[in-house]
Amino acid sequence: MQDAKSFKEYKSQVREALGDDFLRTAMDNFAIAYRASRANAFKDIDDKALIKEIADAKACSTANMDELYAQFKEEAEKNGAVVHLAADANEANEIIARIAKDENCTKIVKSKSMTAEETLLNHHLEAENLDVIETDLGEWIIQLRHEGPSHMVMPAIHLSRHQVSDTFTDATGKKQEADIQKLVKVARRELRQKFTEADMGVSGCNFAIAETGTIGIVTNEGNARLVTTLPRVHVALMGLDKLTPKLHDALRVLRALPRNATGQAITSYVTWITGSNECAVAEDDRKKVHFVFLDNGRRALAKDPVFAQVLQCVRCGACANVCPVYRMVGGHKMGHIYIGAIGLILTYFFHGTDKAKNLVQNCINCGACKEICAGGIDLPGLIKEIHARIQDEEGHPLSSALLGKMMKNRKLFHKFLRIAKYAQKPVAGNDGFLRHLPMIFMPDHDFRSLPVVAEVPFRDMWAKVKPAKIANPKYKVAIFSGCVQDFVYPEQSVATVESMRGKSVELEYPMDQSCCGLPLQMMGEKVAGRDVAIQNMEAFEKSDCEYILTMCASCASHLKHNYPKMLGHDPKYAIRVQAFADKIIDYSSFMNDVVGIGEGDFRQSKGDKVTYHAPCHLCRGLDVKAAPRELMVKAGLEYVECAEEEVCCGFGGTYSVKFPKISEQLLSKKMHNVEETRAEVLLTDCPGCVMQLRGGANKNGLDIEVKHVAELIAERRK
Amino acid sequence: MTVKSKNVKLFTEKAELVSAVVSEVFSLAEAYQYTIDLCGKKEACKLLVSGCEEPLSNKADALCETKMGKTIAAPSLNKKQFSALEKQCVENGFQLLKDGLRKHLGGIDIGFTFADHGIAETGTIVLNSRSEELRIATMISEVHVAVLPKSKIVADSYSLESFMEDCMRNADYTAFITGPSRTADIERVLAIGVHGPLELHILLLEDK
Repeated sequence: MQDAKSFKEYKSQVREALGDDFLRTAMDNFAIAYRASRANAFKDIDDKALIKEIADAKACSTANMDELYAQFKEEAEKNGAVVHLAADANEANEIIARIAKDENCTKIVKSKSMTAEETLLNHHLEAENLDVIETDLGEWIIQLRHEGPSHMVMPAIHLSRHQVSDTFTDATGKKQEADIQKLVKVARRELRQKFTEADMGVSGCNFAIAETGTIGIVTNEGNARLVTTLPRVHVALMGLDKLTPKLHDALRVLRALPRNATGQAITSYVTWITGSNECAVAEDDRKKVHFVFLDNGRRALAKDPVFAQVLQCVRCGACANVCPVYRMVGGHKMGHIYIGAIGLILTYFFHGTDKAKNLVQNCINCGACKEICAGGIDLPGLIKEIHARIQDEEGHPLSSALLGKMMKNRKLFHKFLRIAKYAQKPVAGNDGFLRHLPMIFMPDHDFRSLPVVAEVPFRDMWAKVKPAKIANPKYKVAIFSGCVQDFVYPEQSVATVESMRGKSVELEYPMDQSCCGLPLQMMGEKVAGRDVAIQNMEAFEKSDCEYILTMCASCASHLKHNYPKMLGHDPKYAIRVQAFADKIIDYSSFMNDVVGIGEGDFRQSKGDKVTYHAPCHLCRGLDVKAAPRELMVKAGLEYVECAEEEVCCGFGGTYSVKFPKISEQLLSKKMHNVEETRAEVLLTDCPGCVMQLRGGANKNGLDIEVKHVAELIAERRK
Repeated sequence: MTVKSKNVKLFTEKAELVSAVVSEVFSLAEAYQYTIDLCGKKEACKLLVSGCEEPLSNKADALCETKMGKTIAAPSLNKKQFSALEKQCVENGFQLLKDGLRKHLGGIDIGFTFADHGIAETGTIVLNSRSEELRIATMISEVHVAVLPKSKIVADSYSLESFMEDCMRNADYTAFITGPSRTADIERVLAIGVHGPLELHILLLEDK
């Protein structure tokens, strides 16, 4: 449970987590194993199409939440259940405590429910002198240890067998071995005994089917079956977002949920309960059944045009499974109660700004979660949106507000970059890196070398490098260089121009272009980000190009996907911004798929042994996977695949400035994988990644060159 | 291959992937014999229920001691079927239970059931368990033996919608069961039998 009071305290907690060797190894093993098992589970299913269906259906349920609740209540009560609606967490807890009291229950067994974690139900019931035992193995372990879950599906993933055996030794009063199979058996017997004496069972719920008033519960251990069968009273607690019109909707989610959560085709048990069932120990032989729905802000959320999609979450936990930051710091630092990307968002809505304001800054924006989210939620986009909201509520930090002000004005911003060239003189080495960092960068940033600002920016070279005018060009292209390729690595832009020689490409460079604005979005400066977007769109409207080519993957995905989101709802810009976005293309796709450059265009000699880093914003942001790899092979390079090629390098733009320690760890993992390939050159499609990777290679003394794909393509051209 | 044999093949493959044991039987008598043999072989030298050999708290230990001898529960058998199985149980010194399972929460050896359907895509058996005795039998048994007529195997869960919706019109408890009870909550290491059965045996019954 993340509860730091200040950003500084949060960062120090994060640093502590980074030093937990057991956690780091456990998380690494999990991240790698999960990827393979998920891919295997979905191998016969079109996951993108399934996710789209789920997202559409959940969106529809969200819009009809109140009607579905009324229908569910009517149907469930027809069959003997009692249905309650709690406005907030406290009311839900009170309802459940009152049921226990009215039914004379004192011993409660509970199966897993994230909603009960959300309301802190156990604390409430224990304060009412009720005995509550968690029966999911992981939940029982953390309950005995008085901890919160560190993963939605595997709540005790942060603990070792040794910690568990110590905990069980305390719980049983008998010395336990650190043997997992034996510990599981001990839990089986200890908890079975608890089941025999319980008079009330509390469960969660994965689906609430309105048409029949049925709930569905998905488990592997089978404890939810015992919880809902043995005690004479059953209470199920669930968010209103679990409501769904028909069984079909639930079965559809069930196709994705276990596959996404743990790579299983289905869990061991799925239990469908309608109304009040036979129960030998209950009055009249019928179980007392209560379904408690929790609002806690969900009804308001359902009406929010931006955030309603949050309610499409099916609680599979996959957004944590693939998150490179979660992998580094674990769930206790990557969520308050709900964990992972969705946790960052839900914390704001369910537990407030105070609990969320530090967390929402800890997203590196790599898009790994968005790609696999079973509910089709734009998780990184919403996290940025919340960050911006919190800044609007609480005031913008000076650094971020200043950045916003400066970047809104292109001339001022570019002047700053030009001045930086002189300001860095005393610390610039002659190898293209800063020899030591100016104090303002803080010592935490020493893990990679940072580049110097180039002597001449690309915009000033343009007149010289611009190709001669061609009659009837096949392709009319305008270059969007982005700040880094303009002011830091102009040679990458020059290489881009050279690599197109003789391919009938007409190039231009609109001078009014500025920063794409992604750093502003990352800093929560929405207004400035929108202003910059309009400036860039207008800068390119003066050109008659068919393509807007950008060699920076991050700029490209921001221009293509976020610009329409920022401006599309404004009738003044809607059509124009879409036309702009449609023209955006990345370097590799343009060369490989549009120009169709082939083996014959390259020198015959054997090329270098190269490996590749797939920028997040290319492989996921733009879904470009094959083009750069094909291009390398066509160019005669000996391409060796790198392990975890599509995992973030840790740059994340302004993220690496905010969380240098996490960025450092991600980079070191990347460098290790790159070194294993024994390649001579590491290629990538994004100057930001080049900056991070080159800095890491330089600092670690790695004998490998880091280049933009365009640079090697230009070198290899005939 | 016919649709039916395709479904049977896929069902078997998927169920075995999640460590269910799948066999074919041609009659109920054969299914009873299978169950008797299984019960006989089950931990011949150890009468204890799973986990009772571990160091337990006094209360949990006391529950272990409630189990006497080998026990099979078969709540959904009709009178005739029950006496057929009971005869064999008596011959082998096993106790056969039809009801009163709440007195046996410490554990029983085998729960014998008839599955309503099978889902080929995931190797799942579908068991309508409105009867509380039936439900408990599938939860507290160490081994669950389910007889599944081959003709009841469908391709995927969507094909069962009308069956399920019929069940859900009244108070109902229907279970999808896929393999034995499992957990990976400690260090992500797979462990079988954390709460429910340690083994699931599916007997595919040739019908039609």
